[in-house]
Amino acid sequence: MLNQNLPFMILATLSVFSALMVVLSRKPVHSVLYLIFCFFTIGGHYLLLNAQFLFAVHIIVYAGAIMVLFLFTLMFINLNKELEPHKSNLVKAAATIVAGTLLLVMVSTVTDTGNIFPTQVSQNEVGTVAVLGKKLYGDYVLPFELTSILLLAAMVGAVMIGKKNTES
Amino acid sequence: MNSILSVVPIEYYLGLSVILFTIGVMGVLFRRNAIIVFMCIELMLNAVNLLLTAFSTLHGEAGGQVMVFFIMAVAAAEVAVGLAILVMIYNNLRTVDIKEMNKLKW
Amino acid sequence: MHQFIWLIPILPLVGFILIGILNKRLPIQWSGGIASVAVFLSFLISLGVFKEVQMDNFVPERIVYFNWIAAGNLTIDFAFLIDQLSAIMLLVVTGVGFLIHIYSIGYMHHEADHSRFFSYLNLFIFFMLLLVMGSNYIVMFAGWEGVGLCSYLLIGFWFKNTEYNNAAKKAFIMNRIGDLGFLLGVFLIFMTFGSVSFKEVFEGAKQFSSNDPTITAICILLFIGAIGKSAQLPLYTWLPDAMAGPTPVSALIHAATMVTAGIYMVVRSNVLFELSPYASEIIAIVGLATAFFAATIGLKQNDIKKVLAYSTVSQLGYMFVALGVGAYDTALFHVITHAFFKALLFLGAGSVIHAMSGEQDIRRMGALKGKLPITHLTFLIGTLAITGIPPLAGFFSKDEILAVAHGYSLPIFTLLSITSVLTAVYMFRLYWLVFYGNFRGTEHQKTHLHESPYSMTIPLMVLAVLSSIGGFIGMPEIFHAPHLLKEFLQPIIWKSATYHPSHSFEYALIAVSIVALMIIIYATYHTYVKRGQLPEEDKDLPAGIPKLLTNKYYVDEIYNSLITRPLDYMSGFFSTYIEKGFIDKIVNGTGPALQGLSGVLRFAQTGNIGGYVFSMVVGIIAILLLTLIVY
Repeated sequence: MLNQNLPFMILATLSVFSALMVVLSRKPVHSVLYLIFCFFTIGGHYLLLNAQFLFAVHIIVYAGAIMVLFLFTLMFINLNKELEPHKSNLVKAAATIVAGTLLLVMVSTVTDTGNIFPTQVSQNEVGTVAVLGKKLYGDYVLPFELTSILLLAAMVGAVMIGKKNTES
Repeated sequence: MNSILSVVPIEYYLGLSVILFTIGVMGVLFRRNAIIVFMCIELMLNAVNLLLTAFSTLHGEAGGQVMVFFIMAVAAAEVAVGLAILVMIYNNLRTVDIKEMNKLKW
Repeated sequence: MHQFIWLIPILPLVGFILIGILNKRLPIQWSGGIASVAVFLSFLISLGVFKEVQMDNFVPERIVYFNWIAAGNLTIDFAFLIDQLSAIMLLVVTGVGFLIHIYSIGYMHHEADHSRFFSYLNLFIFFMLLLVMGSNYIVMFAGWEGVGLCSYLLIGFWFKNTEYNNAAKKAFIMNRIGDLGFLLGVFLIFMTFGSVSFKEVFEGAKQFSSNDPTITAICILLFIGAIGKSAQLPLYTWLPDAMAGPTPVSALIHAATMVTAGIYMVVRSNVLFELSPYASEIIAIVGLATAFFAATIGLKQNDIKKVLAYSTVSQLGYMFVALGVGAYDTALFHVITHAFFKALLFLGAGSVIHAMSGEQDIRRMGALKGKLPITHLTFLIGTLAITGIPPLAGFFSKDEILAVAHGYSLPIFTLLSITSVLTAVYMFRLYWLVFYGNFRGTEHQKTHLHESPYSMTIPLMVLAVLSSIGGFIGMPEIFHAPHLLKEFLQPIIWKSATYHPSHSFEYALIAVSIVALMIIIYATYHTYVKRGQLPEEDKDLPAGIPKLLTNKYYVDEIYNSLITRPLDYMSGFFSTYIEKGFIDKIVNGTGPALQGLSGVLRFAQTGNIGGYVFSMVVGIIAILLLTLIVY
């Protein structure tokens, strides 16, 4: 039993650890690196869940694009110093309590729902590129196309915001 | 090909997602560096993504994974615009401390 | 004729639109001409319709043009009803209307805004025709409201004069009070019979027993409408004030046609009223009171048009007495003859006013006999007709009313006879004062005196002829001539009061009335011409009854202090205390209150992003907890 659980347990531990380190690291660059690592472990989960397509997209988009953007920004504004003044202990305590309460409430909400999940795992192959491709270009073709417009708009927006204001 | 769910109950994934999400929330509450706050938001998004994928596999329903795909697209757009804004703020204020970003008040 | 019937009301409407659009571009010959021609054509078609109705094989026909209103189980057709009653009313409205149009061309020729006048007149004819032709209460009501509107527009024709405007508003508002009753009556009719069409309502009503409370309520409500429109107590005060309008308007609307709409409506609904003796009694009493009351006021009025106005109110009272005692055909008879002679009198008065350069006070007139021969002669015929000298029109109709009143109850008959004596007194007082004695106007007026143009005198002459011979359509039994009108109207009257006074009584009535009239004529001649007595100037009126009468029993003042003043006070109270002191304060207070509140809430907006996130998470926890607890 434990053997079979082992891949999940290892990956889960690594995920939680790296996520914690994202929050706790002093240097922003370390945070970014831990986050990349965390994303890789989540990608591992995707593989375990037979979601190969998502795994690929996840690695490309998150680990590849988004995190590089973060790193690039950090580099751009040269912020790799511990100049972040720490919050007061009161705030820290309050934050911990609130976060703990949130965890507690969410867990209790989840357990409260009872046993509503199917015990038998579906045998459908859903994670492959073939299935998802048909889904995306079939039922979801309009949202899919709209996504491209969203990305285009984001790109134009980012360029507009990021460029130096020449008038002032 | 059997997925991990045949040996690991779905509740485990629920737990993992909740924990990751809470860590994200904690980060947002703890940190003052806007970039780190931003990264914690990404973490929360990923926690949700993970859960969506797990349920999608459990039910054999591809819709969940399609949603994850869309969330990723939105996240990418959000990061692009958000980081551009952060750079702009840094250019003007010379800081990314969210404590300093308090001009919008009474 | 059938296919032309729709043209009868449409022609005046076209005239109204045409004149209204071209407006000031038209010279008076054209605006008056178009208006007159439109009405004249309607008159010709009405004649044709009348001919057809007279045929032996005629059956009343209902011509449906289109479905006007359809809502649930309420369907109202826009339909005309052609029967004996509407045919005869069509003739009266278009015939007298045409004459008055012709007259107006002469009367209004100084008026710059004549196009507006003629377009209103045509519009009035249109609505009046709608009123008499409608085959259900709703079409009738449309016409009913329309004539009210035209009356308002024409009373206030000279709208630059505030007093005239007030008179117009008064007429409109008083009519509205009556209209409300009429409308409620129609609602009740629909509730009771499920239809507003005359045919179905009357068929249905015949199933009801006499004095059924619902029928009585309907009748009383309809009668309230008639009170407003036909200027009965207590809503009569608008009619004398309505004399503010141009004189042809007074003749057409406030004497010959519109004010008789109430009588027409009651005659039309005679089945209902026949079923409610109780309501009929109320009608008789109100009519009687109005007839007497108005006649007494008429005794002391010094404005030539006001005298005629009160006389109109009084004559309308007569008609209502006839309706109340169940003699519907008699009432209609009087409507017709009254239309002739009262239009004649008003037009004659208009001619006098025209000659006197706008003077209306009979104390400033006198000795106009020589200067205005045609006006004088026709006015004399009108006066004789209204006082009831045989064989003029008024004699027959008035005599018939007196006879049926006698058959109904003696007190009513007595009071009505006294009223008829009073009528003679004020009419001859008017006549002598205007046409005999010395001229009492200014020198300027004297040099200006002239007989009116032919466009004015010809209608006078036509109306004078009609007033002379109009009575022969309803000869009393003793003359062994057929009562043409009664026979003609037979099909539309359900149960007419059949009262056959003994011949000796009839002869006595005629003889007494002639003798009484002769005495009155001589007495008034003696007073106002021989002795040259003049009505007192307003300021040296003796106290007591004359003063009371001159001031019209202070009815306007009573209404003022009983209704208008309290309403004013109430409005003032609501305005200052409720509106300004309470509602306004609440409304105006909302702003500062919100400002103060947001001034407090604003401090939650710290600008501290961490704080926002913090409270957001707390909120999420709260929501989750809530779901956890509730479910």
